Amino acid sequence: MLSASNISFERYFQPVFHPVSFQLGAGELLLVTGANGCGKTTLIRVLAGILDPSSGQLDNRAGGMAYVGHHLAIKDDLSVLENLRFMRDFLGTAAVSSNEVLQKMGLGRVREQLARTLSAGQRKRCALARLLLGDSPLWLLDEPYSNLDQEGVERVDDLLAAHLRTGGACVLATHGAHRPDWANTQDYHLVSGAPA
Amino acid sequence: MNTQVVQIAQVTQVAQGSLSKAFFALLRRDLLLAFRRRTELLFPVIFLLVIISLFPLGIGPSPELLARIAPGVIWIAALLATVISLDGLFRSDFEDGSLEQFVISGHPLTLISLAKIVAHWLVAGLPLVLLSPLLAVWMNLPLESLGVMVLTLALGTPILSLIGSIGVGLTISLKRGGQLLSLLVFPLYVPILIIATAAVMAASDGLPYTAFLGLLTAGLITSLTLAPFAAAAALKISLS
Repeated sequence: MLSASNISFERYFQPVFHPVSFQLGAGELLLVTGANGCGKTTLIRVLAGILDPSSGQLDNRAGGMAYVGHHLAIKDDLSVLENLRFMRDFLGTAAVSSNEVLQKMGLGRVREQLARTLSAGQRKRCALARLLLGDSPLWLLDEPYSNLDQEGVERVDDLLAAHLRTGGACVLATHGAHRPDWANTQDYHLVSGAPA
Repeated sequence: MNTQVVQIAQVTQVAQGSLSKAFFALLRRDLLLAFRRRTELLFPVIFLLVIISLFPLGIGPSPELLARIAPGVIWIAALLATVISLDGLFRSDFEDGSLEQFVISGHPLTLISLAKIVAHWLVAGLPLVLLSPLLAVWMNLPLESLGVMVLTLALGTPILSLIGSIGVGLTISLKRGGQLLSLLVFPLYVPILIIATAAVMAASDGLPYTAFLGLLTAGLITSLTLAPFAAAAALKISLS
């Protein structure tokens, strides 16, 4: 579904991370780990197509991606439901019920509240709820567990497992406090800087 | 450096219907957001009213003099009011990550820019057009040229939003892009200012003015077709 060979990305002519190569098939999870500042976010943004790789080849045959990064793309002046409804209409997946999605993320109780009143964890849940709107086969998740409580972490793991079971794929960057441990998980340890 | 990105998947099949749906969804969201932040909505309008009302105080309330300078004053105030509202065009979407989501959705960035520009004009440009008859009366503009004044603003303010969007796209990634933005876009606004005020002055003097309106219309069509592409390219640069 997604394959990379020797992808690198340079910022001010300095490579951010060692060249990255991997093959990700349907139903597989790529777990990108590494220290703070080793370029996990940059790699995910390259894979998402927001940044162009400086060299190497990226082959994306997924046919649709969903991305949740550090910037959650939530509008403070809209309610939780309005935020989600907009994204649903924008992506053109009108068949999905926003209410149902919010229930699944445990946000049913706060759906009429303005997003500015949410806690950091609730905001994260609201952003993750976007994953369920479309049927994007490829998920790109940058630290999806940050700010979430134990129950939220389990919810994300459940969603992820269901996504992989139905033939989806996922690239997940985490610094490793919690990590899903499944048979279909590939580990990728990212190293910063230029190769020696 | 050899960059080869094969992205077969992303833009393969985006149906026509879903594009217009995305356009209107974004437009509706931006208008709703503007309505939720009403004070920001009113700011350019109040700014315009204050500037216009300062002129008679500053240069004396001579009716002939005011009528003479009215087209220029109203238009310059409209330029200033537009520029102060421009920075918000893409900034919040850039800062909260919405723009990244738009890029990933696979919808063309040009369409997204156009939706945001239309929303900006409806919020910041249209009120100026609607207020201009009142401003014209304040400035003692002859009644026969009032219609032309409104018409030049109706044709001209969308051009301001369109051209401005390119500047906003380029300066969005800078922390204090606002100051640079005004330096970037004011020179580009000069031709519109000249043509629009010439039209109103010609109408005041009883001269033919349709040629100027034609020029403004041509400018509107040109910027409407080209500016969204340029703004999208600028945004793409700012995102990387």
